[in-house]
Amino acid sequence: MSTPDLTAQDLGAAPRHRGRGRSRETAAAAGRPGPLAAGVVVLWLSLIVLLPLSAVVAKSLDGGVGAFWDAVSSRQAVDALKFTLLVSFAVALVNAVAGTLIAWVLVRDSFPGKRIVNALIDLPFALPTIVAGIVLLALYGHDSPVGIDIAFTRSAVALALLFVTLPFVVRSVQPVLIELDRDMEEAAASLGAGGWTTFRRIVLPNLGPAIISGCALAFARAVGEFGSIVLISGNIPFQTQVASVFVFKQIESDAPITAAAVSVVLLVLSLGVLLAIRGVGSWGGRHEL
Amino acid sequence: MSSERVTRIGLRTVALGYLFALLFVPVGIVLYKTFEPGLGNVWASITTPAAIHAFWLTIMVTAIAVPLNTALGILAALVLVRGRIRGKPLLDALIDLPFAVSPIVVGLSLVLVYGANGWFGGVLTSAGIQVIFSWPGIVLATIFVTLPFVVREVAPVLREVGDEQEQAAATLGASRRQTFLRITLPAIRWGIAYGVVLSTARAIGEFGAVSVVSGRISGQTETLTLLVQKRFENFDLAGAYAASALLAMIAMTTLLALTVIKPRKEHE
Amino acid sequence: MTRAVRRSPLPLLTVLAALVALAVSGCGGASDSTSATADGGASSGSKGSISLVAYSTPQVVYDEIIPAFQKTTAGTGVGVKTSFGPSGDQSRAVEAGLPADVVTFSTEPDVDRLVKAKKVAADWASGPNKGLITTSVVSFIVRKGNPKNIRTWDDLLKPGIQVLTPNPFTSGAAKWNLLAAYGQAADAGKNPQAGLDYVSKLLKNHVKVQDKSGREALQSFVAGNGDVLLSYEYEATTAQKKGEDVDYVTPDDTIKINIDIAPTTTSKNPQTAQAFIDYALSKPAQEQFASWGYRPVNADVLAANASKFPEPSGLFTIEDLGGWPSVNDKLFDPTNGSIAKIEESAGVSTEK
Repeated sequence: MSTPDLTAQDLGAAPRHRGRGRSRETAAAAGRPGPLAAGVVVLWLSLIVLLPLSAVVAKSLDGGVGAFWDAVSSRQAVDALKFTLLVSFAVALVNAVAGTLIAWVLVRDSFPGKRIVNALIDLPFALPTIVAGIVLLALYGHDSPVGIDIAFTRSAVALALLFVTLPFVVRSVQPVLIELDRDMEEAAASLGAGGWTTFRRIVLPNLGPAIISGCALAFARAVGEFGSIVLISGNIPFQTQVASVFVFKQIESDAPITAAAVSVVLLVLSLGVLLAIRGVGSWGGRHEL
Repeated sequence: MSSERVTRIGLRTVALGYLFALLFVPVGIVLYKTFEPGLGNVWASITTPAAIHAFWLTIMVTAIAVPLNTALGILAALVLVRGRIRGKPLLDALIDLPFAVSPIVVGLSLVLVYGANGWFGGVLTSAGIQVIFSWPGIVLATIFVTLPFVVREVAPVLREVGDEQEQAAATLGASRRQTFLRITLPAIRWGIAYGVVLSTARAIGEFGAVSVVSGRISGQTETLTLLVQKRFENFDLAGAYAASALLAMIAMTTLLALTVIKPRKEHE
Repeated sequence: MTRAVRRSPLPLLTVLAALVALAVSGCGGASDSTSATADGGASSGSKGSISLVAYSTPQVVYDEIIPAFQKTTAGTGVGVKTSFGPSGDQSRAVEAGLPADVVTFSTEPDVDRLVKAKKVAADWASGPNKGLITTSVVSFIVRKGNPKNIRTWDDLLKPGIQVLTPNPFTSGAAKWNLLAAYGQAADAGKNPQAGLDYVSKLLKNHVKVQDKSGREALQSFVAGNGDVLLSYEYEATTAQKKGEDVDYVTPDDTIKINIDIAPTTTSKNPQTAQAFIDYALSKPAQEQFASWGYRPVNADVLAANASKFPEPSGLFTIEDLGGWPSVNDKLFDPTNGSIAKIEESAGVSTEK
């Protein structure tokens, strides 16, 4: 007999209303944040983030729209942008899989030294990227003790990015996994569903938003990453030059308008991808993928 | 069931193998290189006046930036997941903005606004307030880059736990404050914990933005990451690794403190 | 079951501790050094303080000069704050308001930027030292013993030789390197096309990577990359003093590198600032510079160290090539400069 197609709702879990159709009184008492809270958040965001960024946008248009277009359509700029976005996307995907796996093992498994492993996950963040770059270069560059030499190649850039984005998906999935209600999984098991099926149809949909969230973080970080990349990739134009390095070069050459322009494009593109990732995530969530 | 055990060990192996190649070995190298010159030398490296100042500056900046972003992050997560406002996708995107910006650009954007020739330059100069090339600039840069973490960690957890319990509490007559403190906060504590851990690690490890806004004045605006870079530049590799080890220690202490102090949750 | 949440006192305690410690450790401790003998000079003093904003490489020398200055009459009780970083970044920082009393940079455009911003006097180079603190020359830094026997610019173009030079759009040192390469092939500027041809061959076939600063290129070289590094002569001496296994060869045809120093017009302590510069130009300080491989501008000290600093027979200067403004425009403009164009085409044909 084939395993029945189970969804979370078949097992009696409460349908996820996402808050529609509740009475106003209980809603307010339940601490549902109102416009004041939203206002504070927006004000905070505007002050800290929007204000400085609008200065960059203004700077990019300092030379007029023509200068902006020239700056971003140069071959080097376009190549740098393409390379950055592609590699970052690939890195985000790898992290989606690896990060979920690692989070699963850290939460559900137990083995000696697990707490130490858990504590180490955040290190790529805390270590200054220059240290990360030097170490990765020592390990996987010319003098590699394990014989892998990828210095100054595209794989090197990807590797450095994998290192610095390691914590994102792991730390996004972990708290959700910890709070996950095991009852549904147990019910599925008692109904005869195998491990993978249970994971795919019960656990994964619940982890979906967290994985997506972590992926988006990883992607965005990869796009902006700078320090560790230059060291290991060597900054060869058209080959391994990432956009943030290209921007840096423009700044150092006293071409702040070009730098601002490319930064704005990078910003818009990254934001676009982020929105798309989140859009896919919430669409998937609504359709119980 | 043996197939379950095989799967479990298989997953564990793959996960640990990935971590080994990507994380443990590089970190091990850093540790090895740090302590290679001997404990005495390491101690001397991290107790020079410049290092001590860099350490406390980094701690101070983090101690300002992280709590602020935590409080506002929790608020933002509540607004995003449960708020009754229009334009949530836009808010969502705005919160992601700091990630989409390269650190150098973050630094420059702050100089464009708060620098002597910036938008507020005239006002700040005549008020005698120095933001750029002084610690407030470093704090602003750090807040910028760590802004989204707590939100992004707490929001999925909020979504996961739903608000049935808050509804129940409300019908039982609990006040908003009681509901928040006793129901909501404990439910999202792991999201907060990991959000704080990530924010702290990111804050102490931030280099690009800080290098632009700090002015690198030794003993005044030099953070630990800037010190690491300076030591690398001057062939003081041992000193650089020692300072890096300090950073790693701060990050790990944060995590350990949070997982120890929070009430322990049963892990299956 | 009640789930009490204990609010952790840790964050609050950390903040308090930090603030207390910060207040206590407040002033004091400037330049960083982990060697037992050198002690960072005090950064605050009874006679006020001055700020030195410098490019990154001479930190080792200033770590020694500053305490010595503070022992002189002019310097007693003077606090000296220091900031070291990439030359261009530091110059831009001062332009953007970084407080500075004395600035020293490795390329003249970085000083000109401040002249334009009215932070350095227009006549900064008119003194007897012509605005210079030290000079150097572009040299080849090679492995100990020079196994590949690299001695001339032609040797760099031999098949299989890998040359390290930083990115000229992010590094002042790289500009000097390429100017030397260009100038020697261009017969000190008389034959620009020959110069560009040489640079083109060099960049396309022999330079695989370009680090973002001179010091980073040196460290990349020391880590095992490349056969030869183009750099300031003094970088080799500094590396050797720090225990690295390198040698250097100064080719006959090379460019004279000018390192500039100037007081700022915005200084609150102009007399002390000038006193510091005077000290840095005096015999004991110049001898410190010489010991680290910098060519002193003090004639006596230079003469005393003549064997260490032989004058290359084909030495030319930036003036021979047309002066910095013209060179920056023609060669290093990031969109239209000749070198920019060479870099772009190099990107296409360079192998991974």
